[in-house]
Amino acid sequence: MSGKPPLPYGMRNVVLPGDAACQGCPIPLAWKTMSAVFGEKMILVIPACCSSVILGIYPNHSIRASVIHVAFASAAAVASGVAEALKRRGIRDTQVIAWAGDGGTADIGMASLSGAAERNHDFIYIMYDNEAYMNTGIQRSSSTPRGALTTTTPILGKSENKKDVARIMVAHNIPYVATASVGYLHDFYAKLQRAKNIRGFRFIQLHAPCPIGWRFEPRYTVKIAQLAVETGAWILYEYYDGKIHLSGASKPYLDPSKRKPLEEYIKLQGRFRNVKLEDIEELKKYIERNWDWIRRNMD
Amino acid sequence: MGLKLVLTGNHALAYAAKVARAEVIAAYPITPQSPVVEKISELIEAGIMDAKLINVESEHSALAACFGAAVAGTRVFTATSSQGLLYMYEWIHWASRARIPMVLGVVSRTINTPWNIWPDHSDFVVNRDTGWIMGYAMDNQEAFDMTLQCFKISEDPRVFLPCMVGIEGFILSHASMPVEIPDQDAVDSWLGPRRQPYVIDGSEPFALGGLSMPLETEEVFVGIQLAMKEAVNVIREVDKEYGKISGRSYGGLIQCLYCEDADYHAVSMGAWSGDLIEAVEELRREGYKIGVVRIRFMRPWPEEDLFKVLRGSKGILVYDRALSFGAYGVLFTDLVTGLALRNPDLPPIWNIVAGIGGVDITSSDFYRLTKEFVENVERGDTRIKHYWITKKGLRV
Repeated sequence: MSGKPPLPYGMRNVVLPGDAACQGCPIPLAWKTMSAVFGEKMILVIPACCSSVILGIYPNHSIRASVIHVAFASAAAVASGVAEALKRRGIRDTQVIAWAGDGGTADIGMASLSGAAERNHDFIYIMYDNEAYMNTGIQRSSSTPRGALTTTTPILGKSENKKDVARIMVAHNIPYVATASVGYLHDFYAKLQRAKNIRGFRFIQLHAPCPIGWRFEPRYTVKIAQLAVETGAWILYEYYDGKIHLSGASKPYLDPSKRKPLEEYIKLQGRFRNVKLEDIEELKKYIERNWDWIRRNMD
Repeated sequence: MGLKLVLTGNHALAYAAKVARAEVIAAYPITPQSPVVEKISELIEAGIMDAKLINVESEHSALAACFGAAVAGTRVFTATSSQGLLYMYEWIHWASRARIPMVLGVVSRTINTPWNIWPDHSDFVVNRDTGWIMGYAMDNQEAFDMTLQCFKISEDPRVFLPCMVGIEGFILSHASMPVEIPDQDAVDSWLGPRRQPYVIDGSEPFALGGLSMPLETEEVFVGIQLAMKEAVNVIREVDKEYGKISGRSYGGLIQCLYCEDADYHAVSMGAWSGDLIEAVEELRREGYKIGVVRIRFMRPWPEEDLFKVLRGSKGILVYDRALSFGAYGVLFTDLVTGLALRNPDLPPIWNIVAGIGGVDITSSDFYRLTKEFVENVERGDTRIKHYWITKKGLRV
């Protein structure tokens, strides 16, 4: 990544110093990237999640953009209303963004997400996917991968595969779906730029490793995010015009022989410390099935 | 002059939203509320109503979407019933705490299980602790008028609270009656443009509802309680002003019939008050001096208004169409408390809970029960008592 120019963050303008994020938390990285695209002209609709806390305690607020904190299941529904009101009022310079975790998206928020997508409201939904209920204390979500320890799968680890929300959103035939990663902020930036110029419902699933929940040292957040891509466990792509467009960072890994061994990704994370060999085999099969789907739907 | 239409209660709500120029409606169908949404859809698709209808996937999202649209500066409306209202209950609280003006029609239907679509007030009264202004209409004209008044009350800067209007399912929702719609220009100048305490539209950074400490949270609650106190005057004012454009005022938070010379008072809320009034008229013909006090708004509780009309009453009979299990009828509880706060020396007060699950209470039932009450008091019964009379005559 070193060859690329820094993103036009405007760090001191929108995402302010002094938030309540944990060390190594990738969420402020993502917000800075978003601020580079939208400046303060964004209305973030945030349900219960880590971000509700990270923004700080009233009367302080660590982001100079608009935020509406909403009930857990409702990010997409509130954003629908905001987007329709802005449209009626002729306001076009402000981007409505539903910003929700995997629990608020894949679980309790699934119905409102699906509804808003089907109605094709004009806003961007970003699911930051840290693969468990981190804010409430690392409980399992449907987006937790198989084998991961959480406080509700404390000994044996999760016995089911991760729900593929991006693929569910592709099945909604919305104008734009993308996967992104906090390990690839230029890629995320480019996807936000593309999304910005599309009208209608846009969905981005942002892979966001959590040092506390995944049990790794805070300095490894970006490294682990990148390993997820390099091992093929997380696939970066866009979906528009009815096709999957594999992103540059993931292109080499279409060829399984180019991928790093999955174990390299797993062994850095304490959440996989009890993972069984059969779970790793299942994880690999799951990953391969995802790649098969990509291959079948690529342009 | 206005327009006279024959409307069902549901369509009266839809027309009120239209005349109020609601801009965003987000709703989900449920029996018996569905025709509200259907009529609004028809008005919009026919080009008669200029609004955006969001056909959401649930009631929870209906109120959430209304909240988003309202926060972003538009006038919103939705309606629901029973299970749908319970499903949106989380958002009911959220909206009032955010002090977002909006209007909700509640087409009452009892609460499951078992499956039952007939009306009582169970679904409506569960909202009493939510911080919403709560009105309940007696007929379709009042359903229309009260809904329109709700927009005005809700958007008054002294109030800035959401407002709901209840009507009984089927009894009003599916029954047609003549409804007079005031002249649109008169409504426009009376209601005025949308007012709200803040707007989130990107024009300046604004954060709503972030993490707060106990003291700040307490302040939010205090603000609602103070606004409720203000709302008492605002409701009276709005009702009077509305009379100037429509020719109809109802007396504010309560409506009193035959109260001038009444010795005894029967209290009720909603459509069955019509049957009660018939029964009382019959009893008055027999010489019983009974007045009917109809609760129009149960939040804010009309404590002062009730004290004024009930002070000196020889006996008060409160009819409730909902109860708090393990306790009493909901109107009765508030009525006794409110009167006792102003004068602890209470007359005999009886509470009859009836009509639960849509059980039909006729004017002859009201006649019999009211007469029995008065006769008991005249024989010297001074008790404050509560019972639930079932259709089979069982007293619970």
